[in-house]
Amino acid sequence: MMSLRAARRALSPGVRRFSDTSGGEIVEDVSERTGCAQLTTQASLYVHWPYCLRRCSYCNFNKYISRDNNDHMMTECLQKETETLLQLSQVSCVTSVFFGGGTPSLAHPSTVAAVLETVSGQASLSEKAEVTLEVNPTPVGMSKLEDFCRAGVNRFSIGVQSLQDDDLKILGRDHSSRQALQTIEEARRLCPGRVSVDVMFGRPKQSVESWENELSKLLRVCDDHMSLYQLTLERGTQLFKQVQGGEVTVPAEDVTAEMYQCARRTLHQHGFLQYEVSNFAKHKAVSHHNMSYWKGRQYIGVGPGAHGRFVLPGEGGVAREARTQTLEPDVWMREVQQRGHGTRRRIQLNHLELLEEVLVMGMRMTEGINHKHWELFSPQLSLREVFGRSTDVQELLQSGRLILDDRGLRCSWDGLALLDSMLPALLVELERQISQRLQRDHHTDGQTKKTSNPR
Amino acid sequence: MHLKHIDTCYCYLLQSEITFKLNGSGCTINTKYNLNMQVTRDAVDLSKFPADRIRNFCIIAHIDHGKSTLADRLLEMTGAIAKTEKNKQVLDKLQVERERGITVKAQTASLFYNHEGQQYLLNLIDTPGHVDFSYEVSRSISACQGVLLIVDANQGIQAQTVANFYLAFEAQLAIIPVINKIDLKNADPERVESQIEKVFDIPREECIRISAKLGTNVENVLQAVVDRIPPPEASIDDPFKALVFDSNFDHYRGVVANIAVFGGRVKKGDRIVSAYLGKTYEVNELGLLRPDEHSTGKLFAGQVGYIVAGMKDVKEAQIGDTLYLQEQPVEALPGFKPAKAMVFAGMYPMDQSEYQGLRSAIEKLTLNDSSVTVQRDSSLALGAGWRLGFLGLLHMEVFNQRLEQEYNASVIVTAPTVPYKAVLSSAKLIKEHGSKEITIVNPAQFPDRTVVSEYLEPMVLGTILAPDSYTGKIMSLCLNRRAVQKNMLYIDDQRVMMKYLFPLNEVVVDFYDLLKSLSSGYASFDYENAGYQAADLIKMDILLNGRPVEELITIVHRDRAYSSGKAMCERLKDSIPRQMFEIAVQAAIGSKVIARETIKAYKKNVLAKCYGGDITRKMKLLKKQAEGKKKMRLIGSVEVPKDAFINVLKRKQK
Repeated sequence: MMSLRAARRALSPGVRRFSDTSGGEIVEDVSERTGCAQLTTQASLYVHWPYCLRRCSYCNFNKYISRDNNDHMMTECLQKETETLLQLSQVSCVTSVFFGGGTPSLAHPSTVAAVLETVSGQASLSEKAEVTLEVNPTPVGMSKLEDFCRAGVNRFSIGVQSLQDDDLKILGRDHSSRQALQTIEEARRLCPGRVSVDVMFGRPKQSVESWENELSKLLRVCDDHMSLYQLTLERGTQLFKQVQGGEVTVPAEDVTAEMYQCARRTLHQHGFLQYEVSNFAKHKAVSHHNMSYWKGRQYIGVGPGAHGRFVLPGEGGVAREARTQTLEPDVWMREVQQRGHGTRRRIQLNHLELLEEVLVMGMRMTEGINHKHWELFSPQLSLREVFGRSTDVQELLQSGRLILDDRGLRCSWDGLALLDSMLPALLVELERQISQRLQRDHHTDGQTKKTSNPR
Repeated sequence: MHLKHIDTCYCYLLQSEITFKLNGSGCTINTKYNLNMQVTRDAVDLSKFPADRIRNFCIIAHIDHGKSTLADRLLEMTGAIAKTEKNKQVLDKLQVERERGITVKAQTASLFYNHEGQQYLLNLIDTPGHVDFSYEVSRSISACQGVLLIVDANQGIQAQTVANFYLAFEAQLAIIPVINKIDLKNADPERVESQIEKVFDIPREECIRISAKLGTNVENVLQAVVDRIPPPEASIDDPFKALVFDSNFDHYRGVVANIAVFGGRVKKGDRIVSAYLGKTYEVNELGLLRPDEHSTGKLFAGQVGYIVAGMKDVKEAQIGDTLYLQEQPVEALPGFKPAKAMVFAGMYPMDQSEYQGLRSAIEKLTLNDSSVTVQRDSSLALGAGWRLGFLGLLHMEVFNQRLEQEYNASVIVTAPTVPYKAVLSSAKLIKEHGSKEITIVNPAQFPDRTVVSEYLEPMVLGTILAPDSYTGKIMSLCLNRRAVQKNMLYIDDQRVMMKYLFPLNEVVVDFYDLLKSLSSGYASFDYENAGYQAADLIKMDILLNGRPVEELITIVHRDRAYSSGKAMCERLKDSIPRQMFEIAVQAAIGSKVIARETIKAYKKNVLAKCYGGDITRKMKLLKKQAEGKKKMRLIGSVEVPKDAFINVLKRKQK
């Protein structure tokens, strides 16, 4: 019952292979070039696979250790919800797909194929669109990579986390460093230039020196993309309890700051350009899917607990909505079966809230927010009009941590590490300027021509 | 027996009413009878109680020695309240009184007692035990001729027992020592009797041993009240003259004044004058407190009761004022010295939007506690508020608790300060202030050393009673607090009474807690004011990156500057969040820095992962921080949350 289009996708994986040089150009900044209209006709798609084999000691994510095998039903529901939400969003083009989790590499490759097929049935999904799968580097995961490629995946993100086996144990991972290296190799063979590795720093007992060694080891085996995450202790996790109870110690703030800076320098020296707080790429091999989050574009979230941001013209909506799907997989599946989707929470974002998200997300990129990008969302108030007058912002500019120039607004190298200390000041100023603007508009209501706000 | 007697009394009154009605109109006997049953059931003919059948007394005791329990028993035995298991602290009406087991606000209860065939009216005026409320105590005492001095048979004489004894002694009242809790296992009434003999010079034979809890020997107390306390010297033939010794505020009736009638009589409808204001009022209602209001229509010489006379403002019923009849002016009674606030603290609403609510709560509460002084104040960090003056620490705590409990107000209370004084040397300043000596309530107004010939600090004479095994520790604590020993006395073979002269500032914050803990709870402490003494006071600034923080200016003794400066810096360090730059937190005297703490700069502060599913949570957090940022107080470029000031300024939680 495959559609022709999907059948062709599934049968000709070769088309979806990219050489180093062609990668990244395809989906680049479509909306910025083509303007406002694209904001609501395009979206990226996130698909959440909620199951894991075991619980990692640091993870507080929405995941479930499933006892019975209901993969089949899960697949059907993911398809159904994809269909429903794509219809409601009325997007004509899906720019990228990301299979995250949980552990999506536990899913059967046919699940991925089925979802992609559903997408193609509802909207155009370019042959060249980025389709990423998160992979747990276990032997089982590795063995399925080829099938995933056949199903339509063209980018792998591998959760290496560490190359120290002791640390992997503390973190509760179910793979070894050897298996990780093998999985990277296999993934690179299948999707050369489109493999990313995730690594974690600030791990228990880690030193700056051991971190540096680990990085150089990784640089020898990795492909063109790397994500470095500082381990964050989340409430309710086993690791959090261990640290609270004094069983485990994590490096002090000063040490993790040093680890971060040293990684940025090292990766830079090896040709990896930092394009976001935690993301680095060689040969422009950035994650297009993730870029679309930071650029404030629409995305549709499918699966238990997935988040989305999109307009619903199908329901007569004009403003962007923040949508959250039901967390618990069984409940979510029941809802999808009953009404086609498992959306638990819908919040309409007003103009200010949309701009706040655009700001907070945009500033995470090293390129920041350029004037055109901002204008797309805020045609009435330019970046300079919003931030140019504030004394708080002036201080940040003078300290050299923030830059506002002809390109736009962005963090300096030093500033990026302190972004969260700067954002409150920027948000306060944004709110002030928008509310002043609203008051002005209110006073002159009827005299000025009303312009609709972008969504 | 007493219950029976009161029943008889009612019958008597009832009969006279019936007789009257019969004479009036026979046709309505039945209905009138029923009606009069209601009206006269509780009526009392006070004219039957001339001064020689009246005794006015109060009970004074250290906390927990059983004053309120004895009061409960006396009320039960004289039929004022029904005898039930539930009678606990009947006179303590406030929630704070019941929770803390203390009396804050004096209450009055009139009791009827039959002794040797005679009917007596005993007016029990309940008093607060703690010396913080000694103003209330002295007010109560002024309406009495005698006191019951209660001492716990187990604990013996405590600091407040001593303080209260002297108040009664100086007022020349008859003192009946009562040794309570003789039912306790460790009770040693003989030891307590010899302490009383030694410390108060009262023969041990005069002590009455009782158990208020079980009612043992309480009858003897009532007999002693009649036998040993003299009746009030008041004649019904004199012109009406009454002392206002307390007042309450009632929303519907206005001021309800408690009065002691020193002469003559007063009845409903009389026109009376306040000697203090010269204003005339008509008596709307008056009667006894048993302990609830009991309208009697009249009050006679020697009696104690309440009066409602259309006073709409509590200031019209000045405590210590004299009331007299419009047509018969009298010479005013000596009255009272106004209470002097000895401990000051800032009070601010948690949120400025609650200012109005808090203001009205403070106003209402001060209506019933005129000893609290109120002054408007404002702080850059905490906004508009008040600087309130209290008689002591307990007084302050109780006030705060009443605000929260009775008015549901949430307040920030700053650390208490004491009123320092400065003797000015600059002629210009003396002219400006109108006097050579000024009181400094707000540290920000501390005059510079160059214009001052000397600074003065308030002193108190502290009494400490403790088992002698703690003497060493207590002496070194006192020495640490700049105290000078004045006196030391063994009140028996184990217990020592020590008298120290303390700077008040050294005892206002945590002295009592420390004393309690180092003596395993056995030491008791009380103090009385002891004037002012010259002191080496200095103004201490707290600086954030070199900029002074006005609301944290503190006046300290030079010897204590380092330790208190260091403590403040530490508390500030813990409550100011890290920022993008390093922050120096310093305590300084003039230009000299005496303590420093450093808040390190953030080196990294950015969320590691922020993808599609993270943004909702991240935005929530950032919006909260942005909202918080708007409420920050900016000292230079250092953002200080309001909490930080509260943490430094507020009293430490025990």
